Amino acid sequence: MIDIWYKFIEFCFPFSWTHYVFMKNALLAIILISPVFAQMGTLVVNNRMVFFSDVLAHSTLASLAIGVIFGFQEPSLVMIGFAVLLAIAINFLKKMSNLSMDTVLGILSAFIVALGVVILSRQGGFSKFSTYLIGDILSISTEQLASIIFLWVIVFWFWYKYGNKLILMSVNASLARSRGINIFWLETSFTVLLAIVIMVNIKLVGILIMNSLLVIPAAASRNISRNIKTYTLSAVLISVISGITGLIFSYYWGTASGATIVIFLTLSYVITLIYAKILQSR
Amino acid sequence: MPRDCGHCCTRISDLNVKINGHHILQNINLHINCGEILAIIGPNGAGKTTLLNAILGEMPYTGKMSFLVKKTRANKPKIGYVPQRLQIEPNSPVSVQDFVSASISNHPIWTGFPKKVADQCLECLKPFSAEHLIKRKICELSGGELQRVLLATAMVPTPDLLLLDEPGTGVDVSGLVLFYELVRGLRTQHDISVIIVTHDLFGVAEYVDHLVLLNRSIIAEGTPQEVLSDKKTFETFAFHKL
Repeated sequence: MIDIWYKFIEFCFPFSWTHYVFMKNALLAIILISPVFAQMGTLVVNNRMVFFSDVLAHSTLASLAIGVIFGFQEPSLVMIGFAVLLAIAINFLKKMSNLSMDTVLGILSAFIVALGVVILSRQGGFSKFSTYLIGDILSISTEQLASIIFLWVIVFWFWYKYGNKLILMSVNASLARSRGINIFWLETSFTVLLAIVIMVNIKLVGILIMNSLLVIPAAASRNISRNIKTYTLSAVLISVISGITGLIFSYYWGTASGATIVIFLTLSYVITLIYAKILQSR
Repeated sequence: MPRDCGHCCTRISDLNVKINGHHILQNINLHINCGEILAIIGPNGAGKTTLLNAILGEMPYTGKMSFLVKKTRANKPKIGYVPQRLQIEPNSPVSVQDFVSASISNHPIWTGFPKKVADQCLECLKPFSAEHLIKRKICELSGGELQRVLLATAMVPTPDLLLLDEPGTGVDVSGLVLFYELVRGLRTQHDISVIIVTHDLFGVAEYVDHLVLLNRSIIAEGTPQEVLSDKKTFETFAFHKL
């Protein structure tokens, strides 16, 4: 299967970077990850959960620390479990209290990063975890590729089944509830899925730029979209195109691929913003 | 005049809502038949929205609320709800077609609209002179247009009880007259109960059968003429300088 992909890439792009297996894997990863992130991102932005997804990404350090303390061999399972629990806990907190979630999430985010850093930096051993900060998409393995495909199927199914309800919820929660939608469970299952999507990809993408991959395609797409279909489609397109461009440029520039991708995403945001302003002024 | 079919009604008895030890609503007793339009009026902070939330099942309360739908007792009547405002940003990409289709059909809207769904959507908007808005973004609609779209959506499927929360917010006078005319038309067509919550005492009086003046508890109730001529109504509103 994967050989067909390698041959296809070498045939389509007769450049020096296609000689490397890691680049071909990374390209495939970008093509698979970007749509998932873009699609999840459209709802993260619609439902005003930008800060929330940031907290989830930041929880990586704390869950790594827990993994280290209890001596787990495979940190990603601990990370997924921890993030899912955190997502559920935040949802309960939101339901139970009338505190401003902005402030609560701000405090939680700071605490969880500090907790992770304190534990991981004991005896000066933090540097080996720094890949989690900026990510390394070039290190992707074929098993990881398989898990991304699996994720793709789940996200797609979830969207197909619950996308309408999530959009109604973002428009007005009481209205959605009056139409028989269970807001709490819908919100919780979306955040759990978000936690899983973030954690499965965190090592590839990195804590610091995770949120930009989720948020920027949706934000850029908002500038030019007049309905949900174009919103979703253009978010996916912007994400994939910026992803591929960023990856190729990072090869030639010798820079970190995740961060280079974010530069191109931001560029696409600026372009759509200018485009929207020009359309408005006509 | 309202036609009481005797098949359905909403009855609220001894409803109390307390938040952090404070009585927000006290001893509320209400009865509304199908085909009847009831307006709950009161100054800001009178507990109108709290009462609406209690009926919607979003606010814990003590007391009893019973719904009779087609002569059988129903725990959950079909409620059509028209909220006061939507939680959307100025550049939200949700179009009227997206919103209506997401509400009335299961077809995932991000994949586009097959003809059947598009027709359903038009059908829903038509009686409310809103079909021309179908491609507009909901964040771009005027107050009156938005209220009509929300009302159209709330009517599919036909509810037993229609709740309107401050329909006058951000709507000009002619828009509001059109809106209330539509609501009055619905009452005669579908025999549904309508509850309007508003602080716009004079705007609504002409269109309703029953008025309830609320200020934490029920101060006055009766036909619009009765309530409007009641001294307590004047005192309540004059006190709040509305």
